[in-house]
Amino acid sequence: MTRYDNLLDACGGTPLVGLPRLSPTVPAGAPPVRLWAKLEDRNPTGSIKDRPALFMVRRAEAEGRLRPGDTILEPTSGNTGISLAMVAKLRGYRLVCVMPENVSTERVQLLRMYGAEIIFSPAAGGSNQAVATAKQIAAEHPDWVMLFQYGNEGNARAHYETTGPELLEDLPTITHFVAGLGTTGTLMGTGRYLREKVDGIQIVAAEPRYGELVYGLRNIDEGYVPELYDATVLTRRFSVGTRDAVLRTRQLVEVEGIFAGFSTGAILHAALAVAHEAIRDGRRADVAFVVADGGWKYLSTGAYGGTLADAEDALEGQLWA
Amino acid sequence: MAIEVRIPTILRSYTGGAKVVEGSGDTLTDLLADLDTRHAGLRARLVTDAGALHRFVNVYVNDEDVRFLGALDAKLNDGDSVTILPAVAGGAFGFAAAAAIASHAAATRAAAAR
Repeated sequence: MTRYDNLLDACGGTPLVGLPRLSPTVPAGAPPVRLWAKLEDRNPTGSIKDRPALFMVRRAEAEGRLRPGDTILEPTSGNTGISLAMVAKLRGYRLVCVMPENVSTERVQLLRMYGAEIIFSPAAGGSNQAVATAKQIAAEHPDWVMLFQYGNEGNARAHYETTGPELLEDLPTITHFVAGLGTTGTLMGTGRYLREKVDGIQIVAAEPRYGELVYGLRNIDEGYVPELYDATVLTRRFSVGTRDAVLRTRQLVEVEGIFAGFSTGAILHAALAVAHEAIRDGRRADVAFVVADGGWKYLSTGAYGGTLADAEDALEGQLWA
Repeated sequence: MAIEVRIPTILRSYTGGAKVVEGSGDTLTDLLADLDTRHAGLRARLVTDAGALHRFVNVYVNDEDVRFLGALDAKLNDGDSVTILPAVAGGAFGFAAAAAIASHAAATRAAAAR
């Protein structure tokens, strides 16, 4: 057991657990191929986002950009907002979150419970140079501090300094690291650290592929790649559709008793792909992947029950990761 | 057997509205050239004048990003599935949120002006 002075100090240090029943069977005499899950749902607010949220706030405080009583403004699809709301409450800030209207009701309820104010954005949003505009708006309101997780180096740095070292300490034989690609912070930070320490390590991204509604941008020139993204950190990048993500999310709880959100299912799908390749090639593999959050916040989608097709329909048009 | 290509909503004006089209080629470059013979203009939306994949376009072969498989030189086989998507992961939402910030700030300014 470990004792902490306050909740913020309990961030990180999450368990890494083996998945003996989900790890694919290797032929007799072949080198072992094992899957390991890093349980990031064990963070204070239940997701991996506690790490970057706390790190970005502490850094802004250290740099004098954030002072007690300030207002933090952040675009977030949920988990980062919940993490920031908790940190803001304990550190004495007001938080205004901007989130799309097509996120689950639990996330909205949680944010309000933690004391955050919410501005909803249209589900099929998208406008030319919108991110640039947002930065400009932030500049017009010097009393609002925008940490901007998509471009804040502290987001990646949090994982370089915590997630990466934890993984290496618990699994010195790691051969693959698999995580979700959103802001790209987890993969950039953890990936850079592990590449420095482990020869030949593979850094694998699992990117959610949503229903068509989510991609309803008017023009390809309006696309967006987070400022943090550096493709040279990655070895491979998979696009995982809703059906595969749901299938794996259900498998994870049915076979190994780990109740996770759908982004974790997408990550597991990619982890299984590289594990099977290792078996095919007769190589040893210790594949560590991220359980980004628990499934609680997604129960209202109804996608944990019924057929896979039902679940796919239930998640159509939703940002499930 | 041919290669199945999934077209995103915003590019279906080049495919007569078709979600899925078929093409052939040993590499992605060849496939795009083949598609362009029937869907003129599609290739130019995906490849820059300098001959690289457009920054805001992602192309996946059997669900894997081609930028890690040789990009336009990525090898293709009959029966492969190619998916074209605008680059919005993570950012899809960044956009929607940023638009809302802008409209919120505009409303705040309008209220202040009254």
